Amino acid sequence: MRKKSLTTTMNPGVRFLINYAVPIIFIILVAFAIPLSGLSGIYFISELITRLSRNSFLILALLIPVMAGMGMNFGIVLGAMAGEIGLVFITDWRIIGMPGLLLALLVATPIAVLFGCIAGIILNRAKGREMVTGFMLAFFMNGIYQLFVLYGMGNIIPISNSSILLSRGYGIRNSISLLGIRQVLDKLIPLKIGNILIPVATLLVIAALCVFIIWFRKTKLGQDMRTVGQDNEVARVSGINVEKTRILSIVISTVLACYGQILFLQNIGTMNTYQSHEKVGVFAIAALLVGGASVAKANIPNVFIGLILFHTMFVVSPRAGRALMGQAQLGEYFRVFVSYGVIAFSLALYAWRKRVEKENERKKIMNYRKSILVK
Amino acid sequence: MKKKIQNIIEYFGLPRIIIFFFLVSLFVLAPIVGLSLETSIQDVIVRFSMNGILVLSLIPMVKTGCGLNFGLQLGIIAGILGAIISIEMEMIGFTGFFTAIGIAIFFAVIFGFLYGLLLNKVKGDEMVVATYVGFSSVSFMSIMWLVLPFKSPNMIWAYGGSGLRTTINTKGYWFHVLADFLKIKIGNYIIFPTGTILFFALLTFLVWAFFRTKIGTAMIVVGSNTDYANSCGINVDKMRSISVILSTVIAAIGMIVYQESFGFIQLYMAPLYMAFPAIAALLLGGASVGKASFKNVIIGVFLFQSILTMAPSVINNIMRSDMSETIRIIVSNGMIVYALTRITRVRT
Repeated sequence: MRKKSLTTTMNPGVRFLINYAVPIIFIILVAFAIPLSGLSGIYFISELITRLSRNSFLILALLIPVMAGMGMNFGIVLGAMAGEIGLVFITDWRIIGMPGLLLALLVATPIAVLFGCIAGIILNRAKGREMVTGFMLAFFMNGIYQLFVLYGMGNIIPISNSSILLSRGYGIRNSISLLGIRQVLDKLIPLKIGNILIPVATLLVIAALCVFIIWFRKTKLGQDMRTVGQDNEVARVSGINVEKTRILSIVISTVLACYGQILFLQNIGTMNTYQSHEKVGVFAIAALLVGGASVAKANIPNVFIGLILFHTMFVVSPRAGRALMGQAQLGEYFRVFVSYGVIAFSLALYAWRKRVEKENERKKIMNYRKSILVK
Repeated sequence: MKKKIQNIIEYFGLPRIIIFFFLVSLFVLAPIVGLSLETSIQDVIVRFSMNGILVLSLIPMVKTGCGLNFGLQLGIIAGILGAIISIEMEMIGFTGFFTAIGIAIFFAVIFGFLYGLLLNKVKGDEMVVATYVGFSSVSFMSIMWLVLPFKSPNMIWAYGGSGLRTTINTKGYWFHVLADFLKIKIGNYIIFPTGTILFFALLTFLVWAFFRTKIGTAMIVVGSNTDYANSCGINVDKMRSISVILSTVIAAIGMIVYQESFGFIQLYMAPLYMAFPAIAALLLGGASVGKASFKNVIIGVFLFQSILTMAPSVINNIMRSDMSETIRIIVSNGMIVYALTRITRVRT
């Protein structure tokens, strides 16, 4: 029973420690790893800014399903796939620059909406198990994506640009160069401080998304989602279409993830057709959890705190691994381990607390009943 | 008539019917496109004997209501540890094989115990937590494979590299000791791995017998109704822990049999997704998240492995391209998604 008392303790210090265990562990980890890596401050800051502009859109895409009580949306991988399909098409049509980027967004949106609907409908049939289902769904859709891109494109869907096709005549190559749209948004409003390039336009887009999310929380739909997230039954009684609201939250998240992936790839400049999307979900979710979010509660500060901590670890761990053990490979494995470990730890902590709370509530009701009977 | 068909679909599940017909059409197509049926059958038998025990290992956890063991990788890691330690000790033949199993069981009990403690804390969310426990343990062990002080020249990188190789050969140690035991040659191509199949049958029998004992029955009660089990005075957490340990131990043994048959020990990120095909096979055999039997294991492994062997070769001959990986991903993950969406319907 000792452990049980830990989760219900009223001591604010202990509560704080339990609530923010993941970020605290991370801060300690990063504090050790930074000096070990021996990276210069300037390099470090420029890396962080790049990663901030690359990844924050994808992490922000996770917030809305959390609001609707659907937990971490492992299905953002579906959005990423939609974005990549859009990018394949504009590369095929050889449309470059800003128009290319916008067209990619335009082409990818309906695909993302479709994927989002599919995901939403499936998740509605697996209530209470959204996360593991979303996660398996991402794997399943990866197969469908492969079928479509590796066997369908150039076969059923005409692709005229032979440079992106495999030599056998159909199927898209493993990696596509996105030189035409590389960093078009990042360099739209040029600003250089010292040697550090600041992607002003991308940061503005991210800021706009933050404003959108804050605004969205206050709309009717946003309020509905929060009610659904609190309690499905209460929401249903108050006349909210629970199923539809949940599907909508997933659709919005998928579309945002699709845009996020396009922004991510325009910064990188090349696309691994079959791998780029695979780790999107894991990394975004791990980052959000590192920022102090939980399965039931996530806000914008969580996104940015998590992003900075998580990606600091990403930048420094290979070098720290080399300094510590003489092997950069060790750092590679370490950061994969940390990403998975953080998710395992946060999910376990959350599930554990949820169970304890449920049991306490049950006990309370039982005691209450007893007291009535005694009277 | 329409109602009858609907009932059949409801009973077997649509994906299972689709996959069954897919398989039948593959067997019909195979001779037409010029494939030797004998080699295909041989492949199916070998893969069946390789994977059977890994799928069997899922049973105890399903029976106690812990859900599908998405953390199967823990048992797999115990199996790998047993295998490489036995090679490090230069154990050969059956001695090596059983030493490997002994060491693997030792690690599996420890891992299973800790894993069980964790799963008891997260009741109701076992599957998603287990998935990430499995993933993080595989990546953690990747660091360990680099760091652990193994010395055998057959396992570490040549030319002064440090750490273990990505694949280690079991030839010269205990490669095919089971498969070659009492092997029967049928026709020109088919070699029936009697030893492996017997071993699988033995383990299945042991697990079956275990569920007939007092503890086993108590475990089934826990799985069917926790509250009822509580009121019967059964220690629910303890029973769940035992089932988790049992699952992990069988998975470890299964992994050693897999390596023995396959010929290679794959390290680093190779075991990352190994839980999914095993789970998919069990589900394909007719199991659901809350219910599984030995019949499901045997039918499931047979169907799943048949598709994995037949589909690529038939499609390769028709389309001249290798779709095996894509088909594997769609079939195995699609099956799992389907099973996960069925849970709520069964309960209400």
